[in-house]
Amino acid sequence: MSAVLTRLAPLGGAGAAGRSAPTSILPLRLEGLGFAVGGKPLLDGVDLVLEAGGRTVVLGPNGAGKSIFLRLCHGLLRPTTGQVLWAGNGANARDRRHALLFQRPVMLRRSALANILHGLALAGHGWHERRQRARAVLARFGIAELAERPARTLSGGEQQVLALARAAALEPEVLFLDEPTAALDPAATARIELLLQLIARDGVKLVMVTHDLGQARRFADDVVFLHRGRLVEHRPAAAFFSNPRSPEARAFVAGELIW
Amino acid sequence: MNRRSVASVALAAALALALPAGAEERFITVASTTSTEQSGLFAHILPVFEAATGIEVRVVAQGTGQALETGRRGDADVVFVHARAAEEAFVAEGAGLERHPVMYNDFVIVGPGDDPAGIKGKDDVVEALAAIASAGATFASRGDDSGTHKAELQFWQEAGIAPSGAWYRELGSGMGPTLNTSAELPAYTLTDRATWLNFSNRGPLEIVVEGDPELFNQYGVILVDPAKHPHVKAEDGQAFIDWLISEEGQGAIAEYTIDGQQLFFPNANDAGV
Amino acid sequence: MAETSAFALALQLIGAADPVLVEIVLLSLRVTLTALALAALIGLPLGAALALARFPGRGLAIVLANAFMGLPPVVAGLVIYLLLSRSGPLGPLGILFTPTAMIVAQTVLILPIVVSLTRQVIQDLWGEYAEQLRSLGSSPLRAVPTLLWDGRFSLITALLAGFGRASAEVGAVLIVGGNIAGHTRTMTTAIALETSRGALELALALGLILLGLTVTLNALAYLLARLDRWGATVA
Repeated sequence: MSAVLTRLAPLGGAGAAGRSAPTSILPLRLEGLGFAVGGKPLLDGVDLVLEAGGRTVVLGPNGAGKSIFLRLCHGLLRPTTGQVLWAGNGANARDRRHALLFQRPVMLRRSALANILHGLALAGHGWHERRQRARAVLARFGIAELAERPARTLSGGEQQVLALARAAALEPEVLFLDEPTAALDPAATARIELLLQLIARDGVKLVMVTHDLGQARRFADDVVFLHRGRLVEHRPAAAFFSNPRSPEARAFVAGELIW
Repeated sequence: MNRRSVASVALAAALALALPAGAEERFITVASTTSTEQSGLFAHILPVFEAATGIEVRVVAQGTGQALETGRRGDADVVFVHARAAEEAFVAEGAGLERHPVMYNDFVIVGPGDDPAGIKGKDDVVEALAAIASAGATFASRGDDSGTHKAELQFWQEAGIAPSGAWYRELGSGMGPTLNTSAELPAYTLTDRATWLNFSNRGPLEIVVEGDPELFNQYGVILVDPAKHPHVKAEDGQAFIDWLISEEGQGAIAEYTIDGQQLFFPNANDAGV
Repeated sequence: MAETSAFALALQLIGAADPVLVEIVLLSLRVTLTALALAALIGLPLGAALALARFPGRGLAIVLANAFMGLPPVVAGLVIYLLLSRSGPLGPLGILFTPTAMIVAQTVLILPIVVSLTRQVIQDLWGEYAEQLRSLGSSPLRAVPTLLWDGRFSLITALLAGFGRASAEVGAVLIVGGNIAGHTRTMTTAIALETSRGALELALALGLILLGLTVTLNALAYLLARLDRWGATVA
């Protein structure tokens, strides 16, 4: 792990220099956000502002609407009510500058390097810049030696690191994480958490859904607590864990509320 | 992306293969009959013509009915078939210019060696067919509107018989497939001698009736009317026709033999054939 | 009897590299491979588009593509014959009774196979990839080349199915090609001709050679997939 750390030169200006300094897409405003399927609301009336920087953890029992919340923010789902408002150019798909790491990332049937190149190509980067960025991110994440390996032959942990590299190569301002370590063993989980900390240190806003209360305690700067499709609390992590206001949150933190 | 460039080179190569080779070829298309093609006659005489004129002859071998239709649609420059009445109709309707008689061969009746209809050695085709019908012996008909089929129907008509029943099998096939089926059934069938001599899968079949002048099978050649189909290669097509009925062409036809037997008898200069 | 001697005859023909045989084999390969390339060029993107696009009549298009996999070659041949005939709408092209006409006929025959199988492969793959690709900013249209490349092993099987149909069929090429010796005579039309001449041994020998060619080509495709080092990743 420490080897990874030392290799971790900040990404710095290399990528940013390629574009004119983008205006921030944060804060992200959710206004009356709701999503219903067949008239049944899965998420309802969520009003929330997510400021730049820091690590937000989205908590809640099963069926609270956490994954839907992430997909609405990321634009994979279209809200049935309310709206998702990005500042600056955030609404522009080409410049949306936010990425999502899935619990089980889908790797293309090609090399690790090609997977990263494909993401960069989709983001509209030129041939030369794609290669430069991809090589840099592979080195930075300590998986340079896997570059030519078929992505599908990598272990689950390696694939998640690669997926994180693929997302980070896009230099997003916001990175959404949908239970990124739920399918991993403890060692791989630790590795992902470490890399996430480093990404956060670069000023990337992290918004993570997790089931793991321990992980949430280690990780969160602030907590968004959802229950049955509604936003119940949004508070600094220390305050949330030490003194949850709502009875649902209190039960959840105590490990009593699963549904 | 080396793989992609390899794939695109392969694709380009494949497309290059598709381009017609040598656009300068000089050729004519002749619609003729399977019996003429399968007898091997064309393989014998066409090289002689091509050497003399530099015109390649591409033969599409079909049944007589289909060959005339091919000419009628303008898909051939010359038709070379054997069904006099149909040929004359073809000219009369304006599809082709003049009909030139070229040669004849003859039909034979082949049948199983044990000869269930007892017609072996007869020299009257109409009598022989009548005997087959009254014995109810299996008879295989081409049933494909070919020249051979038309000739067969003519003989039945002369015998005053409308053939039908389990013994009469209409196959709807070319001469070769009909012989293959006849050998298997076994059945009597009418075939041109040329195809028969070239045919190897005879099984129990042998010639049972031959030599009746009625069995002579006249071939004619017609140029498709260029006034109707302007792309018809009238000059080269006419050159082929002229050669066929010339002394040289007639000689080449007479020279073709299988096992020492002459198959086609040139008669371009006979009247009324 | 015919079976064993046909085998010996086949070996003898191959050994002697009989020039007429070589010409027929090359023409067959040229016609079939070109038709396959054209069908791939049209059918792969079309099949992928059919998998990803949503438009009115899509269901009907899928049913038709599936149904036309069973198009009888003779029917396809006849329709193309009527189109290409001098008296038909495409008559001025003057390509009836040429290898080009046979390529057209075989392309028409195998296009539905390539389209249908491609649609199925890409649709399944899209089910797996859709969320990830959309997250990375891919539109369905942009996903087409991505999915075609990632589905390449299944798609090779689709193309081999097309090749099999094209190389085996005789009805269409006989009608539109005319089986002209030295010009449009392919393996299958030669086999049909030799059968009708009662030369069953020779016909069977040619059949064995055709079968050998098909097996060889399939083996090559298989090896290609194995050699591709991503082959191991296809689960």
